[in-house]
Amino acid sequence: MNTKRVRFVQGNEACALGAIDAGCNFFGGYPISPSSEIAEQLSALLPRHEGKFIQMEDEIGAMGAVIGAALAGAKSMTATSGPGFSLKQENLGMACMAEVPCVIVNVMRGGPSTGAPTSPAQADVLQARWGTHGDHPIIVTAPTTVQEIYHESIRAFNLAERFRNPVVLLLDEINGHMREKIELCDPAEIELWHRPKPPVDKNWERPYERNEEGVPLIPNFGTGSRFHVTGLDHGLTGFPTGDPKIRQALHHALIAKIEDNRPLILKNEAYMVDDAESLIIAYGSTARSARRAADILRKEGRKVGLFRPLTLFPTPEEDILRAAAGKKLIVVPEMNLGQYVLVLRRILGRDIPIIQVNRTDGDPITPDQIIAAVQGR
Amino acid sequence: MARTEIRISGLGGQGVILSGYIIGRAAAIFDTNFATMTQSFGPEARGSACSCQVILSEERVLYPYIRKPQILVVMSQEAYDKFAPELADDGILLIDSDLVKINGRHGSAVTFGIPATRFAEELGRKIVLNIIMIGFFTAMTGIVKEDAAREAILQSIPKGTEELNLKAFKRGLEYGKELRAKGTSKTKAASKPSRPAAKGKAAKASP
Repeated sequence: MNTKRVRFVQGNEACALGAIDAGCNFFGGYPISPSSEIAEQLSALLPRHEGKFIQMEDEIGAMGAVIGAALAGAKSMTATSGPGFSLKQENLGMACMAEVPCVIVNVMRGGPSTGAPTSPAQADVLQARWGTHGDHPIIVTAPTTVQEIYHESIRAFNLAERFRNPVVLLLDEINGHMREKIELCDPAEIELWHRPKPPVDKNWERPYERNEEGVPLIPNFGTGSRFHVTGLDHGLTGFPTGDPKIRQALHHALIAKIEDNRPLILKNEAYMVDDAESLIIAYGSTARSARRAADILRKEGRKVGLFRPLTLFPTPEEDILRAAAGKKLIVVPEMNLGQYVLVLRRILGRDIPIIQVNRTDGDPITPDQIIAAVQGR
Repeated sequence: MARTEIRISGLGGQGVILSGYIIGRAAAIFDTNFATMTQSFGPEARGSACSCQVILSEERVLYPYIRKPQILVVMSQEAYDKFAPELADDGILLIDSDLVKINGRHGSAVTFGIPATRFAEELGRKIVLNIIMIGFFTAMTGIVKEDAAREAILQSIPKGTEELNLKAFKRGLEYGKELRAKGTSKTKAASKPSRPAAKGKAAKASP
């Protein structure tokens, strides 16, 4: 083993290391527990990698800075937790509308409001999808292990660049703060995506014209093309328009950009699912407890599997349907009062009984709690 | 090695978190085990209670929190009082014997003491008490290999402090080995709730 590339680090550190390996060269943020280590790490790493780090006056300004840097060509990110994530929503919507590639990390803690600063929760799952107003495209991914946080951090930048869209990386206090062994990739072997370029270097006049993947060919500011960026409905030039046809086409194009490319975005894991009679569906750090519960139950002879969506949105509907087919029971543990289960209930309907395991007291969901739910206790 | 749960606890400023980090790192990177480490966050400023949890296993560690630790390291009385009751019956309790007076809360777990803070002061810097404790931990538990612990220490400390830290590690390790050589039967007796250790002698009595 090459010990130089093996580390024993916190999830938040792994997130920062992944960002650097993905080519991140701008961080605009405002510290908030339990996400602060990401900012702390990048404040040291970015200057060494020709990047810029700015601590802004608040989370709203931080998200604004992220958008500005991204429009100028930077691979741009911010990191926050619940209360800060709420503040970022307005500008996050701007980034969705203007199709600005960026990565927003939310290391979830309890809520609503200030909640509990340094205890775990998964209570921002639906906010990550629907936090900003209007029908908007977004990618949300929720890794489980520290190693996976590193890989998903890289993937988040790739998805943001490829589809010119904000990507939300959802961690939580457990996997953000826990230390675990990770193996960093050889930088030469990491596949990196860059935003699509316009067909001409200068004087490109249709920044919102789309390529075959539905992604607009927006030049970077300062490269020789003039264009307009707005949160208003706009046409190909980027200037606002009231034309109903253009407005409708824009809204459809925004959603289609993510939905039509779902096979390129979705990622999930099916663990001992095929012969399982009961299926646990879990994500983020709760999936650790879920997998342990499945392992223990298997040893006792119970046929239990785990389906773990990594990409929460867009939702891997077909994969969920396939995993759940023929199962007698679905158990959904979440450190909230039942959020992703709403999505699952929509997909799975009423034919299969779904048991929820919910907890918001700041303690993790234990394997025992999940085992009890599977056993019907 | 099956799943081994460890809690390290003491006062903020004693290097509790770094000890857990080094033990986890030693096992995960310089040995062939899997490890997770989680730490308490809260009002753990210098001088108040502080603890971290380390789990070592041959398999990937899934649930990263302890339920009934097999090994408890305590460097303060408050930490002993708070965490001793959760220790497994066949567990191992390691204490700084000058700072902790055992009073039976740890049940039937075996107790070993070392005057780590005093040794650290003798070495010239009280700050290395946690490294002495890691040496002691390595000798008494055998769960982390000596070389792995040494390597993890070297890669986790500020440059220029290698000599002092290696001395500290050695001091704890050798004290532990001597203790083991002398046998442990008396320790077990001394740790029984029915026979609370004599005042201030918890550690010296332990061999």
